[in-house]
Amino acid sequence: MAAKARTRPESTVESTGGEPADTLRDYYEQMSLVRAFELRSSEMYARAKIGGYCHLNLGEEATVVGLMAAIEARDYLFTGYRDHGYALLRGLSPERVMAELFGKVTGVSGGRGGSMHLFDAETRLFGGYGIVGGQIPPATGAALALKNQEVAGPDAAAVMCLLGDGTTNIGAFHESLNLAGLWKLPIVYVIVNNGLGMGTTVEKASAEPDLYKRGASYRMPGVRVDGDDVLAVRDAARDALQQARESRQPVLLEVMCYRLRGHSVVDPARYRSSEDTTIAQQSDPVPSFRAKLISAGVLSETDAAAIDEAADVRVSEAVVFADESPEPDVDDLFKYVYATAVANMPTALAGEPVMDAL
Amino acid sequence: MPDVIMPRLSDTMEEGELSRWMKQVGDEIHKGDVLAEIETDKATMDLEAFDNGILEQLLVVAGALVPIGAPVARIGDGSNIVAEGAAPAAPVAAPAAPVAVAAAATPPVIPPADAPTPDTHTATQTGELRTSPLARKIGREHGIDLHTIAGTGPQGRITRTDVDRAILAQEAAASAVLTAHQAATPTATPAAAPAAAPAAATPAVVSADSVSVPVSRIRAVTARRLTESQAVPHFFLTSVVNVERLVAFRADVNESLAALGTKVSLNDLFVRASAVALRAHPEVNASWGDGVILRHNHVNVGVAVATDDGLLVPVVADADQKSLGAIAIETRALAGLARTGSLSLAQMSGGTFTISNLGMFGIDSFTAVLNPPEAGILAIGAASDVPAVRDGVLVTVPTVKITLTVDHRVLDGAVAAAFLRDLTTLLEEPLRIVL
Amino acid sequence: MNTEVATTRTITYRQALNETLRAELERDDKVFLIGEEIGIFEGSYKITVGLLEDFGPDRVIDAPIAEEGFVGAALGAAMLGMRPVVEIMTINFSLIAIDQIVNHAAKMRSMFAGQVSIPLVIRMPGGGGQQLAATHSQNLEVWYAHIPGLKVVAPSTPADAKALLTAAIRDDDPVIFLENLSLYSAKGEVPNDEQVAEIGKAAVVKTGTDLTIVSYSRGTTTALEVARQLEAEGLSIEVVDLRSLRPLDRDTICASVKKTGHAVVFEDDWLSYGIGAEISATIGEGVFDFLDAPVRRVAAAEVPLPYAKSLEKAALPSAADLARVVREVLNISSTPNDK
Repeated sequence: MAAKARTRPESTVESTGGEPADTLRDYYEQMSLVRAFELRSSEMYARAKIGGYCHLNLGEEATVVGLMAAIEARDYLFTGYRDHGYALLRGLSPERVMAELFGKVTGVSGGRGGSMHLFDAETRLFGGYGIVGGQIPPATGAALALKNQEVAGPDAAAVMCLLGDGTTNIGAFHESLNLAGLWKLPIVYVIVNNGLGMGTTVEKASAEPDLYKRGASYRMPGVRVDGDDVLAVRDAARDALQQARESRQPVLLEVMCYRLRGHSVVDPARYRSSEDTTIAQQSDPVPSFRAKLISAGVLSETDAAAIDEAADVRVSEAVVFADESPEPDVDDLFKYVYATAVANMPTALAGEPVMDAL
Repeated sequence: MPDVIMPRLSDTMEEGELSRWMKQVGDEIHKGDVLAEIETDKATMDLEAFDNGILEQLLVVAGALVPIGAPVARIGDGSNIVAEGAAPAAPVAAPAAPVAVAAAATPPVIPPADAPTPDTHTATQTGELRTSPLARKIGREHGIDLHTIAGTGPQGRITRTDVDRAILAQEAAASAVLTAHQAATPTATPAAAPAAAPAAATPAVVSADSVSVPVSRIRAVTARRLTESQAVPHFFLTSVVNVERLVAFRADVNESLAALGTKVSLNDLFVRASAVALRAHPEVNASWGDGVILRHNHVNVGVAVATDDGLLVPVVADADQKSLGAIAIETRALAGLARTGSLSLAQMSGGTFTISNLGMFGIDSFTAVLNPPEAGILAIGAASDVPAVRDGVLVTVPTVKITLTVDHRVLDGAVAAAFLRDLTTLLEEPLRIVL
Repeated sequence: MNTEVATTRTITYRQALNETLRAELERDDKVFLIGEEIGIFEGSYKITVGLLEDFGPDRVIDAPIAEEGFVGAALGAAMLGMRPVVEIMTINFSLIAIDQIVNHAAKMRSMFAGQVSIPLVIRMPGGGGQQLAATHSQNLEVWYAHIPGLKVVAPSTPADAKALLTAAIRDDDPVIFLENLSLYSAKGEVPNDEQVAEIGKAAVVKTGTDLTIVSYSRGTTTALEVARQLEAEGLSIEVVDLRSLRPLDRDTICASVKKTGHAVVFEDDWLSYGIGAEISATIGEGVFDFLDAPVRRVAAAEVPLPYAKSLEKAALPSAADLARVVREVLNISSTPNDK
């Protein structure tokens, strides 16, 4: 049975105006890249180049760009499994991200993680995580380490931990927020609320559907922002990160957006009403931001088309790279199981004897 | 009259140290009063009184380790006061001997089994072959057909013990040189011993339906002990005994015993003589006990007996206390039991020295393998006439070669030689045997 | 001899743990402790006595009752190069944190192709026998021993507690450090100088020729008792203390059984799918040709452990059970008192 169309809740913050044209153009390029990458991922999944689960950021581009514009290079990012766009905007090349989806050794996680587990130590993308809520305690612990390693201030690092709306009902969320509130940790929890946990609406899953209010139990400021407004998202996230790094005040930020398609590439989302789908399509942040920039004179139609075309080319190059990259070497199967080698570490493949008969 | 007991004050506590008494004998006690301080594995706790009354007696001294539930004091109406300093009624060991591992909440009581009795089973009648992998492997390596072996394990399973026995039998049969502890195939006709190899694969092994009460486990232990004994540093001493008078003495004795229907064998004389010599040389009547030498109060002489089921060593207990006639009777009875497989474990236990005699097989001399943990074993060969010059005349003298195998960890050469010299003298002057 | 006297002391398992934690806190400022009641209360089982006082609340962190939260937080700190040592009050409560341990700590290094390592130690006691009833008496170590990416060690003596804890803290992988309630007060000789055990190695703690008992943690102390008692009956028993459940030292187990031809596994956990099942399979594969009898397991009855002392006793494997099974495997009749 199709769920009712949702009404968009009010944002608790306003976006700021007066942005330089270059910045806006840059944001559009990023949104366009994420859009192109995700559409191509969907296609590559259909072509069986990508296996397993694959969750896309389609419809969430403004949120992705806004959050990644706010986070600093020194900050640590933990995300759930809908992580492609964040990896791209954290600075990882589309080639290495696509190669990871293809399960190639050149992928960001060496082909061992796949779509849900993008990781890059250098850019402090500390992991996409496939278990709902699993990333929240480690992100909290990273903030604990930062608190003990650094002095609070504008130059201090902080942690941004992304999670979905459905995740706010799991125990790890509450345990972690309690620890962060108790220990005053430099962390911002960002709820990317696309309205649906798989097929279940927020209203059907959460007794307090105003998710940003859930920080109140932990004396943590809660902020809600329109996820289709890239500038509003960026500013709200910056403000939250500032509180975290300077005042060791953890913040709960809720970003309201729409998921353009199903939960994952294999989900036709038949549970959504046509009305809801229509709203999602109407509020699609990519064409609307494009139109906004054109009407503001930041971009011409031709410029925008060129940007979209360039993004598409960029992603095509990534696909070629991923396709041509080698598979991981089977001889390296056990390579990363342990960091410290000890006696008798198992190395038997299926069907091999566990030991030589004496 | 309520006893105050050591309370359980933590979930991992097994015992507590009564570190300090807070009340004295004669003090009036009210419920809830702190009687003492208890040091548990986690903390120092108060021992509170559960009863009103007079503290009549302290049962443990301060500093004692007391198990949970054990009484530490007695509260009464004051009529049974036991002064401090008086010996506590139930003294508890002071902390000098704390338990090493508190884990043993209830120390498992494993009764010292007098003598483990082997479970015995006859081989399965269905023809199905039950065998342990190890038995199969050893059998394969030695060319033993397991179908010819009776299993003594559970459900008639053939185990290492069974195969080891078959191998010993095979080797013994194939070898013309018999040594005491390899004589697994004695038969009434010694000439048959070096029989053809094929037939020798199974000679000493009884068939499934005639196995009565094999003592396989003990024999397995024995076999392994003998193998282990090869690792024991040992040496041999040989002496040639002039048995001229011993033979004559035996004839005299048998004449006087004839009325009783008993006869004394040369072997009985060796048993008796050895026992007497051992009594005089307690350092030989000993065994190696893992870092200590155990000198035994009793002189128990084992006598190797060949049986159809292998070699057994029944023991003549307190042989130094028994008369020659008694030894003769007992040895004969034990040998009979051995041949019918009816020896009890007790009859094979407790030996302090062993005698192995292959004289009846015409063996001139040989060396015997130590029978651990005994420090010595005496190998006795056949009597033979040797030429000797006596009063300028060449005569023949009957002699027996005896060879002592010695555990060098227990005995040195000189000590063992002294024993062997005295034993030789005893045998050559046999009257002293019965003195 | 004089020098020997000076280099060891007899201390309890608890003291050995406490002293090792102290030494590692002093040696490396990346090491910190976190757990419920480890600071002010000084540990539910008093392992952390005096440490908060000496190292302060940033190094000895009292966590609220939130195992998933604080175990995961320790894991996150480890990702940033800290070396947390977590205390979970008992292994039973680790189930609340099992997503963080199994789905995260054990996976990250592999899943992220070695870009991150997790130098995390999780200390926790298992064991029954204290009338703590069904939910507080479990031996769940096999759950963790099953998981690639984890290391699981289980010392049975104070000396091993010291050497294995030191090794665990210095290891760059997540290590489950299994303790046992009934070992905390056990005493033993412990070297005074620094000891770092080799994780993944079992030890032959008593040699023998007739039968091998394989055990670990508390079970090893029982196995040694039984072996010594049977020694008096003329049986020569070898005891293998596993020390490390993952990796498992199959070679040491098999070398021993090759010598003795007989094996009994003594384990505190439940029989089916337990540690003993793995040991038995290993022996079958490694030394089949040397077995003179089937491998037997002496394990706990498969029942949620009852509170009542009589039932608890009946359910847990005892020294008498072990002695009986050893005799059965060696095909020797039990004496009547064995029951």
